Amino acid sequence: MTAAAHPAAPAVEVVDATVHYGDVLALDGVSLSVQPGRICGLLGTNGSGKSTLFKTILGLVRADRGRVRLLGLDGATARRKGLVGYVPQAEQVDWDFPVSVRDVVMMGRYGQMGLRRRPRPADREAVEHALERTDLTGLAERRIGALSGGQRKRAFVARALAQGADVLLLDEPFAGVDKGSEATVTALLRRLRDEGRTLLLSTHDLAQVPELCDEAVLLQRRVIARGAPDEVLRPETVMEAFGVHVQGEGERWTH
Amino acid sequence: MDALTAVVDWFAVPMQFDFVRRALLVAVVAGVVCAVLSCWMTLVGWSLMGDAVSHAVLPGVVLSYMFGLPFALGALVFGTGSVALIGVVNRTSRVKEDAVIGVVFTAMFALGLVLVSAVPSQTDLSHILFGNVLGVSDTDIRQILVLAAVVLGVVWVKHRDLTLYAFDRVHAHAIGINPRLLETLLLGLLAVTVVVALQAVGIILVVAMVIIPGATAYLLTDRFERMLAISVGVAVVAAVTGVFASYHLNVSTGGSVVLAQATAFALAYLFSPLHGVLGRRRRRPTPAATAADQSTARQ
Ligand SMILES: Nc1ncnc2c1ncn2[C@@H]1O[C@H](COP(=O)(O)OP(=O)(O)O)[C@@H](O)[C@H]1O
Ligand SMILES: [Mg+2]
Repeated sequence: MTAAAHPAAPAVEVVDATVHYGDVLALDGVSLSVQPGRICGLLGTNGSGKSTLFKTILGLVRADRGRVRLLGLDGATARRKGLVGYVPQAEQVDWDFPVSVRDVVMMGRYGQMGLRRRPRPADREAVEHALERTDLTGLAERRIGALSGGQRKRAFVARALAQGADVLLLDEPFAGVDKGSEATVTALLRRLRDEGRTLLLSTHDLAQVPELCDEAVLLQRRVIARGAPDEVLRPETVMEAFGVHVQGEGERWTH
Repeated sequence: MDALTAVVDWFAVPMQFDFVRRALLVAVVAGVVCAVLSCWMTLVGWSLMGDAVSHAVLPGVVLSYMFGLPFALGALVFGTGSVALIGVVNRTSRVKEDAVIGVVFTAMFALGLVLVSAVPSQTDLSHILFGNVLGVSDTDIRQILVLAAVVLGVVWVKHRDLTLYAFDRVHAHAIGINPRLLETLLLGLLAVTVVVALQAVGIILVVAMVIIPGATAYLLTDRFERMLAISVGVAVVAAVTGVFASYHLNVSTGGSVVLAQATAFALAYLFSPLHGVLGRRRRRPTPAATAADQSTARQ
């Protein structure tokens, strides 16, 4: 993979981010650092601030304080260079939108295209390559909403690949993905990591975490724990974040 | 061949008249421009915004007539002005956007009504409200053509960005394309488009022109390019049908054009092979539905 702009810098670095929506405190002094070539799992219940942290990293919400650096660059520069790929939460996408899978993947290239965003041969090549890598070539003409849950995720990963992103932010990549496709998505994400890309993914389903993530952060408005997945997923820690109602499913959380 | 002659005459006889030819030109041009924009309006969900912008131009049109300025000028100023006002109030108050839109456009419309009644001279309120396509002047036509060309030109250059904005503005932002700018562009295009259609169907019905063709096409296809083509097709057929029907039946032209569009929508709604209520193929269960079920079950 392409080298980071500053090889020594963390791929994702958030320092002391605090975010309010009106009176609601969504993030409280959150710090996070992910080294290049790692998969970091962002764990937390619904409403724990995972999506807000992504939006903060993307510069979409204004933090009251704190700063974000990506590959040693400030956010705006990293975005302009197309270094940040974003895979949206399923609820955020209009699945009835009349675009084909190939159209969606092509949108990954727009930042590098001319005024009219007319695809050049290099853009088409990048798109075909990304489709191949995500095993979607045969489905390229399908409407995006006509894909299965796992295929949809792969389509957005393909968009990030076509873009040439070094850092991928994946919001709930396993929500709405059936068990069978989960393995395909996991394998794809691991390959991307092995090529040197950095992945930050959020999930409220902890089953995937130990085998996929190199490290994990437990979020509940603030960072409750961070470290190796098995440390973070210790029952006491998880209890604090997920509350009492997970008790019955204890074994699943801890493996 | 009597039937054929009758059909030919139905079109040919009115075409002898200059005012019919002009009306047809204006209706078709306005229809096409509105139809193009309506595809993005449908996808972004801006029908209320279309309604707002069209009503908000009233004071601008009235003032233009009062001061003898081109009607498009006043309409543009008030159209874009109220869009900006909606944006400002929305960002700086806790009132939700639809309420802000409702307040701003009715206030503007009321201002227009007051202005008309204060200056009862030559301005004919019903022409502004309901269109006066049979009485368009050369100046009006020139303005309409220029503005239509501007809208179509800008769309031709930026259509992929507009679709990007409609589909995923977070991604746009993530790759360094400013979604706020694209939103402003789309709103600006809407304001100009409303002005183009004003003379054809009047303030009250403009919103139909910027929603119905796109919504109709949306029921008929899953491809954006086809949606554009179908939308334009629907608008052209409706414009022609509406103008000729209104001539023969001696009824409102704007009303006829919009009714023709609404008929197309109703047909698509009922019989579209893809998404029509009656025509739909047996629905496969959508992955979205099953996915949602699973993730709720898992929490
Ligand atoms: N746009 C918003 N306006 C107001 N509150 C919000 C908004 N988005 C999120 N929140 C609130 O912020 C908190 C964190 O939400 P979110 O980041 O979406 O959590 P998660 O992605 O972990 O489910 C929640 O309490 C949520 O209700
Ligand atoms: Mg979320």
